[in-house]
Amino acid sequence: MPKLKVNDIEVEVEDGLTVLQACEKAGAEIPRFCYHEKLSIAGNCRMCLVEMEKSPKPIASCAMPAAEGMNIKTNTAFVEKARKGVMEFLLANHPLDCPVCDQGGECDLQDQSMFYGVDKSRFKENKRSVPEKYMGPLIKTQMTRCIHCTRCVRFATEVAGVSELGAIGRGEDMQITTYLEQSMQSELSANVIDLCPVGALTSKPYVFEARPWELTKTETVDVMDAVGSNVRVDTYDWEVKRVLPLINEDINEEWISDKTRYACDGLLNQRLDTPFIKYNGKFEKASWDEVFKIIKSKFENSSKEKICGFVGDLTNMETGYIFKEFFDRTLSNHNYDSRSDNRYVDVKERENYIFNSSINGIEDADLIFLIGSNPRYEATILNARIRKAFVNNNTKIISLNDVGDLTYPYESLDGQTQSIKNIFEGSDEISKKILDAKHPIIIIGESLLKLNSADYLFNLIKDFLNKNNKFTDNWNPLNILSCDASTVGNFDLGIINNDINLIKDLKSNKFEIVYLVGQDNLEFDKKDEFIIYQGSHGDKGAEIADIILPGAAYTEQDGHFTNLEGKIQKAYKASYPPGDAKEDWQIINELAEVMNNRKLFNDKDELESSMFNFLKLQKEKEIVDSKEQLNSNFQNEKLNIQVKDYYFSNVIARSSKTMIECDNSKLNLKSTGTEG
Amino acid sequence: MNLRRPSKNQPEVFEFNTSSLEEANKIVSKYPKGKQQSAVMALLYIAQKQNDNWIPLVAMKYIAKFLDMPYIKVYEVATFYTMYNLAPVGKYFVQVCTTTPCMIRGANQLVEACKEKISENENQLSTDKNCSWMEVECLGACVNAPMMQINDDYYEDLDKEKTLEIFDKISKGETPKPGSYRGRLNTEPENNRKTLMDIKNA
Repeated sequence: MPKLKVNDIEVEVEDGLTVLQACEKAGAEIPRFCYHEKLSIAGNCRMCLVEMEKSPKPIASCAMPAAEGMNIKTNTAFVEKARKGVMEFLLANHPLDCPVCDQGGECDLQDQSMFYGVDKSRFKENKRSVPEKYMGPLIKTQMTRCIHCTRCVRFATEVAGVSELGAIGRGEDMQITTYLEQSMQSELSANVIDLCPVGALTSKPYVFEARPWELTKTETVDVMDAVGSNVRVDTYDWEVKRVLPLINEDINEEWISDKTRYACDGLLNQRLDTPFIKYNGKFEKASWDEVFKIIKSKFENSSKEKICGFVGDLTNMETGYIFKEFFDRTLSNHNYDSRSDNRYVDVKERENYIFNSSINGIEDADLIFLIGSNPRYEATILNARIRKAFVNNNTKIISLNDVGDLTYPYESLDGQTQSIKNIFEGSDEISKKILDAKHPIIIIGESLLKLNSADYLFNLIKDFLNKNNKFTDNWNPLNILSCDASTVGNFDLGIINNDINLIKDLKSNKFEIVYLVGQDNLEFDKKDEFIIYQGSHGDKGAEIADIILPGAAYTEQDGHFTNLEGKIQKAYKASYPPGDAKEDWQIINELAEVMNNRKLFNDKDELESSMFNFLKLQKEKEIVDSKEQLNSNFQNEKLNIQVKDYYFSNVIARSSKTMIECDNSKLNLKSTGTEG
Repeated sequence: MNLRRPSKNQPEVFEFNTSSLEEANKIVSKYPKGKQQSAVMALLYIAQKQNDNWIPLVAMKYIAKFLDMPYIKVYEVATFYTMYNLAPVGKYFVQVCTTTPCMIRGANQLVEACKEKISENENQLSTDKNCSWMEVECLGACVNAPMMQINDDYYEDLDKEKTLEIFDKISKGETPKPGSYRGRLNTEPENNRKTLMDIKNA
C-alpha cells in the first residue's frame, strides 16, 4: 500500500493503482481522454499530465503506477502549461463544427478545452480530413473529429470480444476503422458511442434529434432482458429520445446492450392509444365505459373455471400483483400464469428460479457450465461478465451445446440430455471438474426447462450439487437464466399455476374468456374464446383480441421489476401513455370497480405496500424442506436451444425500426458504403 | 499509386510456399507457446518477399490465421510500418537514396535515370510491370554515394550511365553485380589506403 502526496494531501492507495487514481482519491480531478476505468491503459492522449517531484518532465498520470513517497502536483503553472500544449495539439486537427456536432453539450473535448484550450490557433497548415467509415446502422462516424484515444478499439477487443476495430496507419494518418467497413458483430457495439470522448462516433438513430440540455432525464431500469440494466431514459416532451447506461457495478457495470439502447423507438410505433372492440372481424374505437361494461357482462355470463389469464414478459410487478388479486378476489379463480410455455419451475424455493451466484459472482467462478442457454443473446450483459471472468481469470467454460460464437472460447459437448445425466450422476470427466471446482457456476437456460424430462434433470443437477456440498453459506452454484424482465418477479408473486396445465387447456380451447396482460407469446388456435388483450403495442396478442385495453409501456409507469438474480429495482415514469391509454394497474383496478363496485386498491401506494407485504410473507412461508420424490422419468432428448430472434424478442423491439435495421445489417455481411 | 493503402487489385489466394513456410515456422518456434503473435512482423516480411515485394490482404488474413490472431491486428501492423508495401511495386523494387551525401554526389542523376527507364512517377509500375522506383532516406552507404537498393542488394558509386546499364540488365532478366561500380572493394579508399598502414589486415 504505497503512500504518496497529492497537492500536499497524503493518500494511501492499493498496490497497482495509478497516479491518476491516487489523485482522484485525494480529490484532485485530472482531465483525460484515453483513460477509462473499465479498459486497459493506453496512455496516448497525454491530457492527464501532472508534475512529479524530481521528474524534469511532466508525467502521464494514467500510465504511471503510484509508488511510495511520490510527491504529485496537479495545480501548478507547469502542469497547466503542459496540458495547454497537449490540448493545442489535440485541437490542431479537430474541426470547429461543435454547432453541428451531436456530441455538443456532453463532449469531453469541448468541456476540457474550456479550461485548457487556447483561444487562438497557431496551426496554419491544412487540417487533416478523414474519409467516412461505415460502422453499421447504430454508429454514425465523423472520423475527422477523432482524437485517437483508442477507447473504442480497446472496448471492442476487451469487453465486447470482437476484434474488428483497429487503428491503421500512423501519426497524423492514423485512422480508426473496421476492416471490412461493416457493422460490428456485437450486441454491445453502441457502447463505443458513450466511450467516444468527442463526436467521432455518435448515435445514428439519435442524429440531430435533441441537445442534451433540452432532455428530461429519468433514471430507471431496462426491461429488454432479465438482467435489469440500470439506464437513464432521456425524454423530449413525452417522446423517449434515447436510453443511456447508468453505472451499477453489481449489474451492468457501465454497459448496456444495443437492444436496450435502441429498441426505444419502438415506443412510438404500433401503439394502442384507445380501447378497441372487434365487430365482425374489424376493430372499432370505443370508450373505456363501453369496454368495461362488455367485459363485465362477459365475465358474469361465464362460469369461473372457463376464465383464464396470462401475464406477459414486460409487465411490472404491480401490474402482475393486481392482476393476481383481480383473479383471486374479484373472479375467485386461480387460472393465471406468467409462462407462455410449459417450462418446468418449482416455485417452492426461490433458489429454483433465480441466478443464485449473482452477476458479480461470475467473476469469482472457476468453472462455468452452460446448459441449454445462449447467454450472448439471452442476457448480453451477463455474457460480457462471463467474458470478463474468462479474460481476467481464464475461467473454464463448458457448454452442453455448440451455440456459436459467445465472444470467448468454450468447450462444447454433444447437446444430448444423456450427457447431462452422465455428468450429474458423477460418471463423467466433467463431473470431476465440477467437484474439483471451488466456485462452480451451473447456468440452466429456459431451453432445458422446456424439455420433457426437465423436472428430472433439474432435480438431478440440484441433488448432485447438494450431495457434494457445493451449496455453502457464501456460494450457490445453481443458476437459472431467465430471459424476460418480469419472469422472476411474477414467480415471486406466485403468478403461476402448476395444478392445471393451462397452456394445454388453452390449446384444446377449454376456456371461454382469456385475459392477456401484455402477453404476446402464446401460441394457440383461437376458436370461440373471448380474448381481452391489455397492453401497449399492437402485436400478436392484440391481433387475436376481441377487446383491446390500451396500457402503458415500461417508460410510462412506475413499477418494480425483479431481475434474474432476484434484485428488486424500480422503474420510474419518464413519459406518458399515448392517447387514452392508462397505466396497467389502473385499468385492472377500474375494471374491478366496474365488476364489484369496489376498487381493489385505493391508490398506487396501497398497491405497492400490499405487494411488498405479500412478498415478505411469501419469503417467510418458504418451505425449506421440500424433498419430493422424483416423479418424472428420464428421457434421452436432444436439447435444442431456442433463442428468440435477438432483435425481435419483445413487442417494443418488434415495433422498432432500428432493430429491423440491426437485424438486416447482421444478415448482410457484405461490404457496404464508401471504401476507406 | 499509394503504397500505404491496400491496392485495389488484390489476388484471390495467398499461401506460403515451401521455403517461406520453413522460414516462418523457424521464426515462430523462437517464441514461447501462446506468444506466437510476436512473429507477425517477420512473417509479413517473408510474405512480402515471396509476393514480389508487396503484401496483399489475403496474405494478412493468411498470417492472422497462421498465428491465431485477429486479422485487424495484422492489418494494423502492416499499415503502420512504411517498409511493408501494400500495393504492387514490381519484381525489382528500386529505392534511390536522395539524402544529403548522396544528393551532393549526384543522386538526381539516378532519379533521372529512373524516370527515363522505369516510370515517370515514383511508386508507379514500369510498362512491363516488373519494376518500380521510389526515393528513400539514407540507406547508410554514404561512403559509396550515390547509391540505390534493388530488392536486397546495394548498387553503389553510380552515375546516370551506370544506372541505366543496371536497369538494362534487369529488364533482360539478368542480375547485375551488386556493390561499387567504380571498381573498388567495399568501401576502401580509391587510391589505396592512407591510414592504419601499420595494421596488415585493416
